[in-house]
Amino acid sequence: MRPIRALLAGTATAGLLLLTACTTDAPTEQPPAAETSATEEEPAESGAESEWFVQEDYDRELAQRDVEPEGPADQPWLQAIEPEYVDTADLASEGGDKTLCFSNASVSNPWRVTGWITMQQQVEVLKEEGVIGEFRVSDAADDDNKQISDIQAFVEAGDCDAIIVSPSTTATLTPAVEAACESGKPVIVFDRGVNTDCMVTFIHPIGGYAYGAVGAEFLVENLDPGSTVLALRILPGVDVLEHRWAAADKVFSESDIDVVGVEFTGGDGAKIKDLVTQHLQRGEIDGIWMDAGDGAVAAVEAFEDAGQPYPVFVGEDEMSFLRKWDETGMTAIGNVYSNFQWRTPILAAQKIWAGEEVPSEWVLPQEPVVQDDLAEFLEANADMPSLHYAKFGGEDLPGYPEAWTDR
Amino acid sequence: MTTGLSQETAQGTARGTARQWRERLLSGGSWTVLALLVVVLVVIVVINPSFAEPVSLMAFAKKAAPLVVLAVGQYFVIVSGEFDLSVGSLVGAQVVIAARLMDGDEALTWPVLALMLVFGLLVGLVNGLVTTLLRVPSFITTLGMMLVLFGAIRLWTGGAPTGALSESFRVLGRKGFPDVPGQFQVPYALLVALVVVGFAVLLMRRPFGRSLVAAGDNAVATAYSGAPVWWLRTRAFLLSSLLATVAAVLIGGFAGVTAQVGQGLEFMAITAVVLGGVALGGGRGTVVAAMVGALALEALFTLFNQLALPSTIRPAVQGVIIIVAVAYAARRRRT
Repeated sequence: MRPIRALLAGTATAGLLLLTACTTDAPTEQPPAAETSATEEEPAESGAESEWFVQEDYDRELAQRDVEPEGPADQPWLQAIEPEYVDTADLASEGGDKTLCFSNASVSNPWRVTGWITMQQQVEVLKEEGVIGEFRVSDAADDDNKQISDIQAFVEAGDCDAIIVSPSTTATLTPAVEAACESGKPVIVFDRGVNTDCMVTFIHPIGGYAYGAVGAEFLVENLDPGSTVLALRILPGVDVLEHRWAAADKVFSESDIDVVGVEFTGGDGAKIKDLVTQHLQRGEIDGIWMDAGDGAVAAVEAFEDAGQPYPVFVGEDEMSFLRKWDETGMTAIGNVYSNFQWRTPILAAQKIWAGEEVPSEWVLPQEPVVQDDLAEFLEANADMPSLHYAKFGGEDLPGYPEAWTDR
Repeated sequence: MTTGLSQETAQGTARGTARQWRERLLSGGSWTVLALLVVVLVVIVVINPSFAEPVSLMAFAKKAAPLVVLAVGQYFVIVSGEFDLSVGSLVGAQVVIAARLMDGDEALTWPVLALMLVFGLLVGLVNGLVTTLLRVPSFITTLGMMLVLFGAIRLWTGGAPTGALSESFRVLGRKGFPDVPGQFQVPYALLVALVVVGFAVLLMRRPFGRSLVAAGDNAVATAYSGAPVWWLRTRAFLLSSLLATVAAVLIGGFAGVTAQVGQGLEFMAITAVVLGGVALGGGRGTVVAAMVGALALEALFTLFNQLALPSTIRPAVQGVIIIVAVAYAARRRRT
């Protein structure tokens, strides 16, 4: 046994060394942008040609970007784009100390964590004011079945004065939300949607198409025709993320940008860095498009470590990326999926109890961070942790800034 | 005449050697994974010749080093007849703890590293003692530890990590020498992995290594022979957690801190070890084969990228390859 093991060890090590050694004299000329692997075959499940792309929604969201929202400009979480108000007089109820019930999909990513803190701080304000007595929360940890039973439990308990749902997935949660509506309690849905309009209000920023298109348009504007772009996506099959890519794909397909790869990263920094490094080995990358900013810094570092010039970069309003952007001085944009939307459902509940009208579809503004306001956001969030989102909209809440810095 | 004869003999021997080699390569176990690694690497180079350039290979080595280190740690535990499912969570916890405690402060790099070491050993000690003395199956112990670490970190950080790793902390995982970006460099991560493998090979040749394999093969017989099986296995868990800490330094250095760091690494490490022909349940397999298993797994991921395989199908392909490889390795030798 012993000689075999020694031999094995020797051969394996030798093989490895040989592999590394025999490559030094490999031909240095290399085909420009390897044709076979680099040209990504567009999978039909995603992108502008897939069932995720709805032209009508795309056109509407792109148009909404230019609409001046109604409401106070210094409180974007109360603004609404093209609102159609519904009367809530029949849902109004006397007195304070309400029980507010919230079924949360999860706090499994930094974006949701940031929003969740903001929401709790808003609740504190209303508790002080005596509007809310109890804030009852169930966290489904990204499990559809758990969230369905969470909502059922709220309905069965019968003492929720309003039910807020942040659905984990669209189709699966629809019946549960419908059941909640039937209980007669006001239902508020935010972030991801459901396939029903039974709730009093559905709160969300403009949406995924606008998000995806903003980044893609930025790349098209800032890159020469024929430039190469690598698209980094988190996961397939989640509607908000599919819409982002579908819109970007649409924009790219109508331009002279060459998309050399579409990769799924799971938001994992190590995987992002590895993927970008591999693409850089095959050819130059002029631009990076990301469907969410998680791990954007790892992608930037891949360029640094490969000794390549910085790409034109589409990231998010996550602090780690904004800081890296500032340090490197690269051409970039910080996309925004308005994190301040987490405040809105609480305030919507207050309005509904007071019998004030609310928009049936409450579309919040969604504006990217651009070079001109980068310094302002960096300064405002100087003490915030790196996985904090610049447009969290909680600066005027009493817990600011400790609630967000000491998380 | 004589020359003819000797030629014939030489040919015969050559044929014999060739047959031996073919049998060895096809026999399953360690040799098969080496063959798999070579085949995958060759396919990658055929698809993308630039992969064979030294710069690209060193980038591959840098990426693969943490998994090699983890696989070596997992090897100690598996060969002794146990599992360690907690390493992925431990890597994640260590990176998050380090980022939060040092928050980019260079002066805190060494104290935090020392703390990580202590924390890693503590986790290993708990895993080991609960498994050996309380007789909780290691599958359950380390599954529990995985959840405890995952939950504790989420509780501590509120779900999202904060802080930053200092530049000097990141040197091992990110840099190499000479330190010129884009040029050929030998990554420090590769050196760390080589040192770890070298150390492990030596350790497995010492009485400790031999008793460890014996304990995995037949714990009762080993106990009768006078070796303290509980302490052998506890040390295996200590080594696993220690190496998970080393891997955490490399991974944190490589890509910085993200919320997902470490996720799923325990299964990759176990897969790497099993691909290397180390028998689950212990008692069989070599540490070098575990390393080759880790390299083969990383090479497979690289191949998937090069093929631009739709990510939706990757886990399925990965699963099939692993099952086939292990089934092939477990096949009885025809003799």
